[in-house]
Amino acid sequence: MRRIKILEEKFFVILSAFMTYSLIAVLAFIILVIFVKGFNALSLDMILKTPKGGYYYGGEGGVLNAIMGSLYIAIGATLIAIFIGMPAALYINVQLVRYRRTQNTIRYFLDALWGIPSIVYGAFGFTLMLFFGMNASLLAGIITVALLISPIMVRTFDEVLSTIPRGLHEASLALGSTRTETAFRVMFKQGFSGFITAVLLSFGRGIGDAASVLFTAGYTDNVPVNLDEPAATLPLAIFFQLGSPIPEVRERAFASAVILTVIILALSLGARYISKRYSKTNLK
Amino acid sequence: MFLSETVTMSDKETSSKPTNKSALPVLRVRNLNVFAGDHHILNDINLDIPRNKVTVLLGPSGCGKTTLLKCMNKLTDLYRELKVSGNILIENDDILNTTTNIPSIRQKMGLLSQRPYPLPVSIYKNVAYGLKLKGVRDKKLIEFSVEKHLRETGLWEEVKNRLNSPATSLSIGQQQRLCLARGLAVKPTIILADEPTSALDPISSKIIENLFKELKKHYTIILVTHVLRQAMRLADHVIFMCDGKIIEQGQPDELFKNPQTEELRAYLVDGN
Amino acid sequence: MQLKRVLLDKINGFWMVTSLATILCLPLIIGTGLYLKAAPLFDQQSFMSLVFSSNWAPSKGEFGFWPFIAGSLYVTLLSFLFTAPVCLLAAIYLTQFSSKQLIRVMHPVIDVLAGLPSVIYGVWGILIIVPFVSDYVAPIFGTTSSGYSTLAGGIVLAVMCIPYILNMLIEVFNTVPSGLKEAALSMGATRWESVKHVVIRGNFPGIISAYGLGIAKAFGETIAVMMVVGNVVKVSGNPLHAAYPLPALIANNYGEMLSIPMYDAALMFAAFLLLIIILAFNLIFRYLIHKTKRQ
Repeated sequence: MRRIKILEEKFFVILSAFMTYSLIAVLAFIILVIFVKGFNALSLDMILKTPKGGYYYGGEGGVLNAIMGSLYIAIGATLIAIFIGMPAALYINVQLVRYRRTQNTIRYFLDALWGIPSIVYGAFGFTLMLFFGMNASLLAGIITVALLISPIMVRTFDEVLSTIPRGLHEASLALGSTRTETAFRVMFKQGFSGFITAVLLSFGRGIGDAASVLFTAGYTDNVPVNLDEPAATLPLAIFFQLGSPIPEVRERAFASAVILTVIILALSLGARYISKRYSKTNLK
Repeated sequence: MFLSETVTMSDKETSSKPTNKSALPVLRVRNLNVFAGDHHILNDINLDIPRNKVTVLLGPSGCGKTTLLKCMNKLTDLYRELKVSGNILIENDDILNTTTNIPSIRQKMGLLSQRPYPLPVSIYKNVAYGLKLKGVRDKKLIEFSVEKHLRETGLWEEVKNRLNSPATSLSIGQQQRLCLARGLAVKPTIILADEPTSALDPISSKIIENLFKELKKHYTIILVTHVLRQAMRLADHVIFMCDGKIIEQGQPDELFKNPQTEELRAYLVDGN
Repeated sequence: MQLKRVLLDKINGFWMVTSLATILCLPLIIGTGLYLKAAPLFDQQSFMSLVFSSNWAPSKGEFGFWPFIAGSLYVTLLSFLFTAPVCLLAAIYLTQFSSKQLIRVMHPVIDVLAGLPSVIYGVWGILIIVPFVSDYVAPIFGTTSSGYSTLAGGIVLAVMCIPYILNMLIEVFNTVPSGLKEAALSMGATRWESVKHVVIRGNFPGIISAYGLGIAKAFGETIAVMMVVGNVVKVSGNPLHAAYPLPALIANNYGEMLSIPMYDAALMFAAFLLLIIILAFNLIFRYLIHKTKRQ
């Protein structure tokens, strides 16, 4: 009886260890596959040039239009998300500090919002566009992505703000700060690492999301100069080039995937590094 | 301007200083009641705090000392479960029953909490923060004032070469003195100190205690403590609380030598 | 107090509360917007027939969403079968048995897995999973498959959902007080038994919630699935055949939706359906998680 129990334990511990290590392997495998496949077609032209005539038949050019479009959309959306997400998170942790239950209910709704898939945001952005009589454009893409990442921004920032001790809040009020001064001059600075993490996370989500910009941002071979022009995005560039029957174009899709992966890796490792660096100076 | 190193006054001298009877109480509490749900935390508190004295709120933990202190600063706003009624008058402003101007009334009091909470900015900006809130824009004046208050808390010599490093880089004892300097910079009349030495090492505690003896020349100090010895060393006026009520109050000499109530007698025995 | 400060306080306060209110109202606004757009559809077909009919002929004005809903359910179910045991075991290992060092390595691994865009998963699926299904899996069962199939979709989705579910499971398992485990151990249980009794059984609602939320995420995932699942409008029980999930339908047809009458309403209805289903899942299971966390 005892031996069976010990055998059972051994079996499950080894199995679960295997599962855990295999996750590292899976990640390594995915990144390796993308890099190996994409490396051939990767060149400076890919990053620095927009598609020239005949690009989609294997001609000259690169995906600069998509890189810039993605950056524009992600930056614009992140700015809007900061504008509404940062004060919202501060509001939860300063004005609502008395109301523990309200805080928790709001967090619950925000978590639920986080789960709404991006295709739904995309469809909603599309109806919004029709409503205002807009065409697929940089602006429509920015607004849609901003809606998508705002809950992420609020929740990530809020997670750090909520760990700030009540004493600092009291200290700030005791010095004669108003509530918004407490929020912006004390809590914001104290939770700055969380803010940066929230911004990078939202930015990464914005730059990598395809389904929400599919309807709203359109696609173009040029780098957009105005908000009402359509904009290409990196995920869609990958998606469209992959649909091509021409091997050269497919190769370029893989190369574009490398570019996107590198951006995402840099963002996510950067966020980790920054949050670790800043949290050293945090109050316990 | 004075330095903490010059503190030589002994306990005896402090307590035998002649009291100025004409000075009105700087803070008056009338019929203060605080409930948390069904729990009666503070029960009909009435007291006067004398000017330029160290008033010690003494009592076993959980007796409502800290809550009383928070009421004085209306920090009870942050806790929804607390229901506060009564009056707290500071220079004829009733902090509990006014909705305007609370930040400026709070600036009449400096708060020192159980452990230091420096603002997430540099040492210099910590002290300058309150001045900036008050609308002081003159750089020279701010600089002067920062130096003055850092000297007042004996911190100047230790930090003058690194005023721009983050406040969290200081030791915890230094942080507490910085918090004191920060509070002094808004020119309060009262210093509210909530067990300010409980997180500190004995040497830092000693420094804070000596500071209090100096500071009471210019400020009224209300000190919450559960350390009996500290109360004996510092108090000019003692308020002994138990279960949310004021049991006894008076001069420390009489109170400690000749306790009138069973509660205080028991507390003195256990405390020693 | 200076007038400027009071004014600034009021303005900032207004800014903060409006922002929060806007974000909280988002699902309501999205839901209303999509519903209004889809409303003309209800004049022609009942809700039931929209959901359960299999007649899909947009040009004739027939919109039966069942093939797509079934496709979504099937892919989601398959992915769940792959993810559930992996996540459970990995979460147990990471919270109960693993070294501190491994945990330090796993955090960024999970982060990066969660952060990779779905297009990247799609590319990986096309490069690896699709050929794997057509070259290795199909021959085992003696059939042929293009590889673009429900099975491929399920596998890709499973990998995508792992970090999401795993993170929640770890959070849930970390709330178990160590005293409970020690109590079980002191009664002579092996470590695995204490895990079985205390960690798994004690956190049952939490585990179910994490799974539920994972399913909801899988259900709404679009691009990666769409790239490997084949997109053929047909209900089929064979995982080696192609399917056509609901999100893929919306994403694939946005180009022509304005040229066919009622097509846009139909697609917005699909989005509305997705929103309602996923929001319901999230509200229910998040509630369970919030409740267990507070205990």
